[in-house]
Amino acid sequence: MPDLVSYEERLKNFDWSVSENELEYKEGDIINIGWYCSDRICQKGKADKIALYYEGFGGVEKKYTFNDIRLAGNTIGTFLRNLGIKNEDRVCLFMDRIPELYLSFLGVLKIGAIVQPLFSAFGDESLFVRLENAQTRAIITQRKHLPKVRKILDRLPHLEFIILVDHNKTKPLENKEVAFSMEESLPVENMEIFPTVAESPSVLHYTSGTTGQPKGVKHVHYSLISQYLTTKWILDLRDDDIYWCTADPGWVTGTSYGIIGPWSLGITQCVLDTGFSAQAWYRFIGKYRITMWYSAPTAIRSLMKAGDEIIKEFDLSSLRHLASVGEPLNSEAVIWSEKIFGKPFLDTFWQTETGSIMITNFPGMKVKPGSMGKPFPGISGVVLDPEIFQPIIEPGKIGLIAFKPGWPSMMRSYWNNEEKYREKFVNGWYLSGDKASIDNEGYFWFVGRDDDVINTAGHLVSPFEVESALLEHPAVGESAVVAKPDEVNMEVVKAFITLKPGFTPGPDLELEIMNFIRKKLSPLAMPQDIEYMEKLPKTRSGKIMRRLLHAKEWGEDIGDISTLEND
Amino acid sequence: MEENNLKEMKDLVLNYVINEYIEDEDETITYDTPLISSGYVDSFSMVSLLVFLENKFKIKIPPNKATPEAFDSVNSIVSLVNQYLN
Repeated sequence: MPDLVSYEERLKNFDWSVSENELEYKEGDIINIGWYCSDRICQKGKADKIALYYEGFGGVEKKYTFNDIRLAGNTIGTFLRNLGIKNEDRVCLFMDRIPELYLSFLGVLKIGAIVQPLFSAFGDESLFVRLENAQTRAIITQRKHLPKVRKILDRLPHLEFIILVDHNKTKPLENKEVAFSMEESLPVENMEIFPTVAESPSVLHYTSGTTGQPKGVKHVHYSLISQYLTTKWILDLRDDDIYWCTADPGWVTGTSYGIIGPWSLGITQCVLDTGFSAQAWYRFIGKYRITMWYSAPTAIRSLMKAGDEIIKEFDLSSLRHLASVGEPLNSEAVIWSEKIFGKPFLDTFWQTETGSIMITNFPGMKVKPGSMGKPFPGISGVVLDPEIFQPIIEPGKIGLIAFKPGWPSMMRSYWNNEEKYREKFVNGWYLSGDKASIDNEGYFWFVGRDDDVINTAGHLVSPFEVESALLEHPAVGESAVVAKPDEVNMEVVKAFITLKPGFTPGPDLELEIMNFIRKKLSPLAMPQDIEYMEKLPKTRSGKIMRRLLHAKEWGEDIGDISTLEND
Repeated sequence: MEENNLKEMKDLVLNYVINEYIEDEDETITYDTPLISSGYVDSFSMVSLLVFLENKFKIKIPPNKATPEAFDSVNSIVSLVNQYLN
């Protein structure tokens, strides 16, 4: 029986105090996510329970009990504190999915500092804009990512410490670099946990919009209240579960449901830090007897593409519950998972800004393949008329997905960007930037973004950021970036460019530009297709009509072109 | 294919991989090093590796053949490329 009991039943008398009571939290109490995810679990008698099974490339295996992660959090926290890191200082985690990433997350929070997790595949420019915006004081990273940090260090006056977790001592440390070895450090049994309260900032994730630079989404320690309960009810985690969240903690799923949710419940989780392959994933599930698997549509479609035959080689009978996040889950994937695993992947919808799941298919609820499901109890979710910003009552009519503010894990601001934050609210509703319709049974059906942001494999890419980076390539005169449909990733980046005089279009230049963006921004932002144009379509006032290029890619009606510039 | 030509091809691909995708200069990459399954080259970056191969060897590799398994080492990449060379 799912822990949710019954969706309808929960809806009736829902109050977030359900979560507060289970976490033994009262208004005004100290609430520290790092403590809740480790010390409290130990105090509940689970000190010897496995918190983390880690497997890296080449079969490297490690495991940590809840007492181990408590000690590791203390050790890293004390190390940071001894460096002079204080509460609310920003500490960036820029690592692959190695244990130090997860353990540092706890350590940073325990001293009251703000964790700024960044995807380790980011290029130097993507890293720079996020560190500069947050005025980050310390970055914890690995040797392999050090060249990117060194490249931008001179432009980051606030960055005082570059902490290397795998310094091999064969090469000297350079300016501002310090070494920290988890294995060689003396474990710190007791440390004073910083007394953070509900509104103390905790995690700063960066997300992309259509225009401007990426925005730092500020969350607070009280977000735990949402993350705990949604993990319990939607991911349906139970004490004997073995859980695998495939998301990277560089993105919000990887922290809300890859660290905070499961560990605050005292659940054993697994991390696989290798490249994707269907065989490796199935083997991992079988080896650790994973029971709850939280993944993404792109990964599911990649597994579908790998074929059903290889599944026969593995024992996947441990799987009890499956869920998905990041992009809309197409009905084919839901039907496929029912056929292959005997249970559907349940779609969950939420965002970096919401901090926790907002709309979802609940365990035990009738699944409509392709639907997003219904709002979580306590979440007032609607679709708004885009003209008057009032809720649409009529079933099936498309509008803007919006939520009534006030749930515990809602972002508290965009870092240093109050204006952009305020723009997210209209008529007392938080605007998600996504469009959907609601059917006559209250199920939401995703339609698409309400802006030009590209959702590739569940990650948002700003066309503005890619266009700006393209203009830094010596051959590029003008650029316009749009989403291109993709069978596996839903969307990929496509660039339309004009060349400066003296440059000739060709495949070698195309490759050079692709790699230029990949290294500067990230592999996700790299255009997978570049089209050379004589000129880009513009309005008479000179603004590039990205809409026209988007329509061309998607085979849509190009709409009103009365403002298009003529020759 | 002659031994020398094969080695030349492998070195060409190996050098490209090292120069473009390997961030840590201390890493040792050989013809057999797993590239995709190890995480050195992610699925998005694989697209640029595919474009490189198609440009360099003047071939067209069908999308269903450009799999993570086929791209997982220099040896497997060269073996794939050889299937499409005249």
